[in-house]
Amino acid sequence: MEFNSAVVTMLLEGTRDTLFMVIVSTFMGYVLGLPLGILLATSNIDGISPHPWLYRILDVIVNILRSIPFLILLIMIIPLTRFIVGKSYGSAATIVPLTIAAAPFIARMVESSLKEVDRGVIEAAQSMGASNWTIIWKVLVAEARTSLLVGVTIALGTILGYSAMAGTVGGGGLGDIAIRYGYYRYEFGIMVVTVVILVLLVQILQGIGMMLSRKIDRRRA
Amino acid sequence: MALIEVEHLSKDFDVKDGSCIHAVHDVSFSIEQGEIFGVIGLSGAGKSTLVRCLNLLERPSSGSVRIDGRDIVQMNEAELRKERQRIGMIFQHFNLLMQRNVVDNVCFPMEIAGVRKKEARVKALSYLEDVGLTDKAKAYPVQLSGGQQQRVAIARVLASKPRILLCDEATSALDPQTTREVLTLLKKINKEYGITIVVITHAMSVIQEICGRVGVLEKGRLVEIGDVEEVFTNPQSKAAKRLLLTKQKEDLILEEEREQEQE
Repeated sequence: MEFNSAVVTMLLEGTRDTLFMVIVSTFMGYVLGLPLGILLATSNIDGISPHPWLYRILDVIVNILRSIPFLILLIMIIPLTRFIVGKSYGSAATIVPLTIAAAPFIARMVESSLKEVDRGVIEAAQSMGASNWTIIWKVLVAEARTSLLVGVTIALGTILGYSAMAGTVGGGGLGDIAIRYGYYRYEFGIMVVTVVILVLLVQILQGIGMMLSRKIDRRRA
Repeated sequence: MALIEVEHLSKDFDVKDGSCIHAVHDVSFSIEQGEIFGVIGLSGAGKSTLVRCLNLLERPSSGSVRIDGRDIVQMNEAELRKERQRIGMIFQHFNLLMQRNVVDNVCFPMEIAGVRKKEARVKALSYLEDVGLTDKAKAYPVQLSGGQQQRVAIARVLASKPRILLCDEATSALDPQTTREVLTLLKKINKEYGITIVVITHAMSVIQEICGRVGVLEKGRLVEIGDVEEVFTNPQSKAAKRLLLTKQKEDLILEEEREQEQE
């Protein structure tokens, strides 16, 4: 097959679909994962509001979700995906499993970022009479912002990889194109191009993320 | 009535092997309004635990801590938060928000208290003037020296208009010259703002420099309490005698060093 305008259009649409899936899933992943990560960091035994039983329950849930391979999760939750989106294929449908796979992974990264915040600074805020809510947003999240943003970058890259995997079961986007043309039709050229586009996307996202996180970091003189 | 009244205060820590450490054991004392009160002891004597019980960063195992006659141990969360806004604290490692510049750090307690943003900024700048750091308002903590960071922390404390200031080894990470500057500043805010100060330290020179009265802590017990001069010229407890000996040795070494430098 030649790289005629139809192919180029297909690749462009694939790129658009992939970016759409990845960005929406990462956003939804944070909608679930950020509060979950905050709960993990604060309910922990050395957190600002220790609730050991709550921590243990969340810890187990996160671990279980994280240990299911993405491809299996994708198939396992097809009924849920159908219920939410109305169908189980295409890029919109893929957002559901991507979000569910991303949320526990994001929660862990948020937890570890927040735990990096100096205990002394938290105590200083407590000594001023700050509420836990204030400490969460103005101390934990604000002080860990560089690390959190690095986490967003990692999440985007990982979810991009997952989205390509979803292509194997009709998930839409670049992964879908790579499988259909490259694997089923032996169109090696198209597969290579999709892979190159995926690599470029990761590089660009990574570059922007790292640049931003450096820019907002005030801990360096 | 004394401003701070501590009665039969104990704090135990459970250790992993099942035993129990009595970090603070049956300590009672009171501090008058306007005093600069020192607590001295070797490391591990329980000084930090004791001072952290005064604003309940550490919850006592038993006993009471009354501030203006009200026992803060009995307070609920909301009451305690309110009370804490009037009890400032500075730390050995300053504990500033590293992602905020100096003036925003000073604004932080006012944000907690719900002061309007513009008003808070104006006030913050005046507190920075009090500690002599107006020119560093836009700087970030990482760009400041230890002494400057501690002065920001003091400005931050002033912003919450406290009646009490707790100093937990506040000069231990600073060199002698900077220590003197910070102590002078503490004396100034004690006088000008009438803030009662509690100083926790292992350094006798700090106590001698600014405190009126001192308590000597050993293995969690308050073994001696009295006027600084009295305790240091005529120590009764072994702990106080030992501290005095260490101090004399330190002074001797310092003198020798000075002589060597002159040669």
